[in-house]
Parts: sequence; C-alpha cells; structure tokens
Amino acid sequence: MDSEPPESRLVLRHRLATRLWHWLNALLLYVLFTSGLGIFNAHPRLYWGHYGANFDTPWLTLERFGSWVTLPAHYSLAMSRHWHLAAAPIFAFALLIYMAWSVISRHLSRNLSFRREELAPRHLWEDICDHARLRFPTGETALRYNVLQKASYVGILFVVLPLLIFTGLSMSPGMNAAWPWLTELSGGRQSARSIHFIAAFTIVAFVLVHVLMVLLAGAANELRSMITGRYRLPEARS
Amino acid sequence: MSLILDRRTLVLGMGATLAGCDRLARHDSVREALFSAENFHKWAQRSLMARDALAQEFRPDQISPFFRPNGTANPNTPGYKALWRHGFADWRLKVGGLVDRPLSLSLAQLHHLPHREQITRHDCVEGWSAIGKWRGVPLKLILDGVGLRSDARYIVFRCADDMGGGRPYYESIDLVDAFHPQTILAFALNDQPLRVANGAPLRLRVERQLGYKHAKYLMEIEAVASLKEIGGGKGGFWEDHAGYDWYAGI
Repeated sequence: MDSEPPESRLVLRHRLATRLWHWLNALLLYVLFTSGLGIFNAHPRLYWGHYGANFDTPWLTLERFGSWVTLPAHYSLAMSRHWHLAAAPIFAFALLIYMAWSVISRHLSRNLSFRREELAPRHLWEDICDHARLRFPTGETALRYNVLQKASYVGILFVVLPLLIFTGLSMSPGMNAAWPWLTELSGGRQSARSIHFIAAFTIVAFVLVHVLMVLLAGAANELRSMITGRYRLPEARS
Repeated sequence: MSLILDRRTLVLGMGATLAGCDRLARHDSVREALFSAENFHKWAQRSLMARDALAQEFRPDQISPFFRPNGTANPNTPGYKALWRHGFADWRLKVGGLVDRPLSLSLAQLHHLPHREQITRHDCVEGWSAIGKWRGVPLKLILDGVGLRSDARYIVFRCADDMGGGRPYYESIDLVDAFHPQTILAFALNDQPLRVANGAPLRLRVERQLGYKHAKYLMEIEAVASLKEIGGGKGGFWEDHAGYDWYAGI
C-alpha cells in the first residue's frame, strides 16, 4: 500500500461525554435489568390500573425468570432491590446530566435533530431499504447519524429512558405522597409497573439491534470509536 | 467473529457476569454501598414531600374486590388462639417505653377514641397492590396521650405472630411517620372488623411506606431512643432476617 486513501483516515467520532455516558449506561442498564427481573420474580404478574394482586385479573402472567438472567443469581428480593435502588439514582442523574450536556454542547442540535430533507417520505424509504439491505454508509456520510439512528437514539434518550425513571418512581409509595400526579399520569401503580416492564424490554430490543448493527458495521472500528473516540472512515464503495 | 451467539454462550456469559456481581456483593464495602442507597432515597423523599403530605386516597368504587392478605395469615400461637376465642375481649394494647404515662388499652377503649377513615393503596414490596378502606385511631392521639419523652426517636410495634424460633414479628417507624395524620392503628377493613388474615384485632397503617412496615396483630407499642438493642438491631423482622430496607418509601 503506497498511500492511504483520504476516506480511511482516523477521525474523532464520539466526544468524551458520550463515551463515558455510554459505558456507564451499559453497566447500569445491565444491573438495572437483571436486578429488575429479580424483583419482578417476586410477583410475575402484570395488571393495569391502581390495584392488582392474586385475586385480580392480570394482562400478563409469566414464569419466574431463570437465575441465569437475574441479579443476584438466586431468588433474593431484598438483594435485587438493593442493586436496583442503588443503580437507579445514578442512572437517573447521569441521564439528566447527559441530556443537559447534549443541549449545551449542541450535540443534540448538530447530530441528533432531523433535517427537513431527511423527513421526506422518499428519503425515509431509502434509509429503511439501506438498513434492510445492510448497506452501511461510507466516507463522510458515515460520520452522520442517519434518520433511523436519530429516531431510535432520540426515542431512547428522551422517551423510553425517562419513562423508565418516572414509572419507577410512580411505584414508590413515598413518591406517591410527594408527587401524586406522577402516579396518576401513569394510570396507577400497577399500570406504572406494566409500563416499566414494557419499557425495560424496549431497551433490551434496542440493545440487541444496536449490538447487531455494531457487529455488522465493523465491531473493532465501532468499539474503538466508543472507547478512544477514534473512528476510521470506511472507504467509499467502488 | 461469529455473529451468531448461541443460547449456551449467552447463558454462560450472563451467568459469569452475574456471578461476578454476586461475588462483588459479598464484599462488606460493596454491600455497605448498596445498602446505603436507602439513606439517599429517604433523604430525597423526605426533602421532596411536606412532612404531612398525604398518601393518595381513593373513592369507594376503586376498592379491590378482595384484599389480599400476605405474610402470616394466622399467628396460631396458644396465646393468640385464646385471645381470638374470646373475641379479643382479653386483648390489651400496651403502650410504654420512653413515655410519661404508660397505658394499656382494650379494643372497646380504642373503639371509643376518635377515628380516621381512609381508602388507601397497600403496596407490597413484592409488587402487587390492593386498595382497602381502613378505620382506626390515629397513632398521634395515643402518643400525645402517653406523652413522649424528649429522647424518644422511634416507635416500635411488637406483634403476636411468631415467625419461627421464638422470633416475633416487629416493626418500627420514626416520629415523622408516627405523627403523620394517616398513620393509624386500624381495627376495621372495608367496614368489617379486621379479619385474622389481615391482622386482627389491630394493625398499623403507615401509608407512605411498603406493606411490611404495616405490622399486624399488634400487642405492644414502645417508644425508644435507638433501634440497636431491639431484635437484630435493624428495626424490623424482615430488616433483620432478609436484609430489607428499614425506610420502605420506595
């Protein structure tokens, strides 16, 4: 190889705040999800409304989740709660700080806001087709999030993650006295528990697709960009 | 790199990571850090809510068709059975500890004190909820009656149910919750005398906390300066034996 084509140069892809938050979040969401399943196992039934117990009608009844996926790896509601309630405030405040940083540093307006032409039906359709055919962008285009990525990142960051926090708080009898409107907004404590559960599995679905996309787009390059920030621009297809 | 993670690899991977977390939690410092989250939640909730902020109350048509009992369904001790056989006529609630005028109250005497009625949601630590209408005597009335000494910090509730091996159920709350208007000693649920499964003849309601704080089968109320010397020292049966948080607002 004589000279590297300009497209394959290393660029700064992710800023420090994004990298830090990403890995902190990965760890916390892992702890929160697995300990959450441990808590769920204490009563593996979900209801809508304010109340719901064994004599009421659940909309979902599951077997207990296996010990390979719960924290701790044996049934202990107390320990699952300790993990969950210790990780939750760190997760919530980290999210708040990251949101504020995203606005102030213009990460949100530069990288995650939709441009008018992106929202045209034709462009949306092309983007969906590109995803379906696993055609990943090359060159400078690879430095920008495409419209589906933006939609999922914004949806997760500003909708699903806050929803998890607020439905979590809605289940707390203390918070219920402090902010009764919050539980009302969720439709009652049992609805809050159901929404919390659905949102948690939405995050799992996001993580699975996210990891799959990282693997398909080039695991080493993508991982490096989220650790050191450096990303090698993929060469344009000839 | 293979893109297909088979279930075995996934199970082993998850298992290994979770086992790591488990090992971590056995270190005293990690355990302490995990358990200290309770202090944060107590501080945050107490900061966010007014001292007398009320737990949500509901309309009669929102009451659960059946109020699920949990924990002990019947203490079944000889002493309790004898009290039950006589319709709790011989039962007395002892109120003592760091108080000026210790008391002993019969059920009839409690019935003659001013009542509070509240339709509230009972939130179990397990995740389920049941809404019921409670009637009982505000704890504040009784504490004002006996006169708390200035060094009293907690109110301990001793119960008739033995949890095995001579370890009776007990619970405790601090004075913020003890003097809260919705903290009552309830003798009726849904307009009926409390059934045995729900804690007859008298149980505690602490509406801003989880179900295990709501001690059933009350026998004795004691004002204390510290929880260290009582039971296992953590302030309650489940706190001592299962590691539950003493502050159960979340």
